[in-house]
Amino acid sequence: MTAAHRPARRSRLHTVIGVLLTAVMLFPVYWMLNVSLTPQQDMRKSPPDLLPLHPTFEGYRAVLDDQLPYLGTSLLIGLGTVALTLVLAAPAGYALAKLRPLGGGALGLFLLIAQMIPGIVMAMGFYGIYLDLGLLNSWWGLIIADSTIAVPFGVMIFTAFMSGIPGELIAASRIDGAGTFRTFWSIVLPVSRNALVTVSLFSFLWAWSDFVFANTLDSGGDWRPITLGIYHYIGNNNQEWNAIMATAVVASLPAAVLLVLAQRYVAAGVTAGAVKD
Amino acid sequence: MTTARVDRRPQRSPVRSGATGAGQRTDAPALRRRQRRRSRLTALAFLVPLAVYLAAFYLYPLYRNLDLSLRDYTVRSFVAGDAPFSGLDNFRTVLDDPTFGPALRHTMVFTFVSIAFQYAAGLALAVFFNRRFRLAGTLRALFLIPWLLPLIVSASTWSWMFNSESGVLNYALQLVGVGPVDWLTSPDWALTSVIVANIWIGVPFNLVILYSGLQNIPGELYEAAALDGANAWQQFWRITFPLLRPVSAITLLLGLVYTLKVFDLIWIMTKGGPGDASSTLATWSYQLGFGTLLPKFGPGAAVGNILILIALAFGLLYIRVQRRQHA
Repeated sequence: MTAAHRPARRSRLHTVIGVLLTAVMLFPVYWMLNVSLTPQQDMRKSPPDLLPLHPTFEGYRAVLDDQLPYLGTSLLIGLGTVALTLVLAAPAGYALAKLRPLGGGALGLFLLIAQMIPGIVMAMGFYGIYLDLGLLNSWWGLIIADSTIAVPFGVMIFTAFMSGIPGELIAASRIDGAGTFRTFWSIVLPVSRNALVTVSLFSFLWAWSDFVFANTLDSGGDWRPITLGIYHYIGNNNQEWNAIMATAVVASLPAAVLLVLAQRYVAAGVTAGAVKD
Repeated sequence: MTTARVDRRPQRSPVRSGATGAGQRTDAPALRRRQRRRSRLTALAFLVPLAVYLAAFYLYPLYRNLDLSLRDYTVRSFVAGDAPFSGLDNFRTVLDDPTFGPALRHTMVFTFVSIAFQYAAGLALAVFFNRRFRLAGTLRALFLIPWLLPLIVSASTWSWMFNSESGVLNYALQLVGVGPVDWLTSPDWALTSVIVANIWIGVPFNLVILYSGLQNIPGELYEAAALDGANAWQQFWRITFPLLRPVSAITLLLGLVYTLKVFDLIWIMTKGGPGDASSTLATWSYQLGFGTLLPKFGPGAAVGNILILIALAFGLLYIRVQRRQHA
């Protein structure tokens, strides 16, 4: 009897510890929510209210009034970055995995190194180029800059994934008379759905959260992303923390939604980007 | 010429010749060679967009940055584009600057303390979540949230939690009888504060990679050890830790490369201040280039290029370790 019961009880103990650890880890997230609902006059209260006992939505009203255009811009930039990344990375990944081009190894090494270059250095280089070309403060300029974060990662994920597609599948498509492009489009891409989701997920999140490029290349125009919206909000009024935190909550929504919808792809992406096996 | 000889070898795709039929067998080698060349051209066509993109948006910005660091730029010459070549002057200026020493030291402290704690916490959590219990999967997924949040969100949340008068952290300290700490505004604590926030952000990444490493350790090893009477502690040090070493090496090196270039978090929380109490090479480079009304693009780019060199040194180490593991 004891033998059957002990594992169950130990499992319950583990669940309790796990919930506690998660609560500690997620406390800042909870605090962001709590502050976003706290009325302005209670903000500097000591001790602070640990629960939103008198919730107010004035912070969220401020978001709707001030930040909606920024959110729209971020959505546009995020989706644009995903599209650009997929268009560049998927064919390249296929070529590196299956067509064995000359110089493929060198290209792979370069992509790995590209991910180690600090964003701030890239930002400075882009600033000079965009100044010459008149691309500063444009949303498409930001899409190009943001894609530099995701493209090398994307190529590596696609290469790793497409190497696993059985050669017979591609050969069969050839027998049926499909050219390389046709094979890629109607066989390889549909099979690579998981890789497509992973790469899209990360390129969207990275573009959505980009701050360095936004603040250097797009700080004055009409098309500013939400990260700058929050940043300027903090700079301009460091009193209305409920509005700042409400904006933060809204800016976190894509991450939360994507985590729920695509949980297993997130883990897959993290590990595939780091340990390829 | 070696490629031509390789082409003459029996092809690896026998289906091809089968499909073309027996009638054309006489000029089959020539046909195969032609097809081989065409498939090589197609491979090229699939790669050309990427190559053009990398040249235009990776190599060219890097070249511009290098050029920037070797010229004497002012705001006017930056627009007009006629800055005189000044060799390594910018690098000399930067190395002689009183900020260089502290910035380098802060970069090292920030990086090494961050990844030490991230790794230790990530490993402990990975071992914990490796056991089977209810809700394990859900809780592990929730642990990813800090890593997925936009940095501006985490940074501003931590800023408010660290606030001297109204921050929840000082409130908690007050409960246990410790006086308030000026987390972000005192030179003694600013660096610690940004490190704490950075550890929080990096734990999930370590957890995920180390957890996937643990999954590859065969369970029989633990059963055998348990039969031999090894307790949990011994099992960890004799089995888990040694077998996890390759994955640990990758995790740590990757963390090193990522943490070296952290900029947003520090800039949003402290702007590298007060004074230069929390400035790193990344924030200093930004400070020089964009942080003032009188930008010093040349020195800023020079600091950026020094940072690249450091990142590359660790990056090459990463590549070597990874190569060796796959050999």
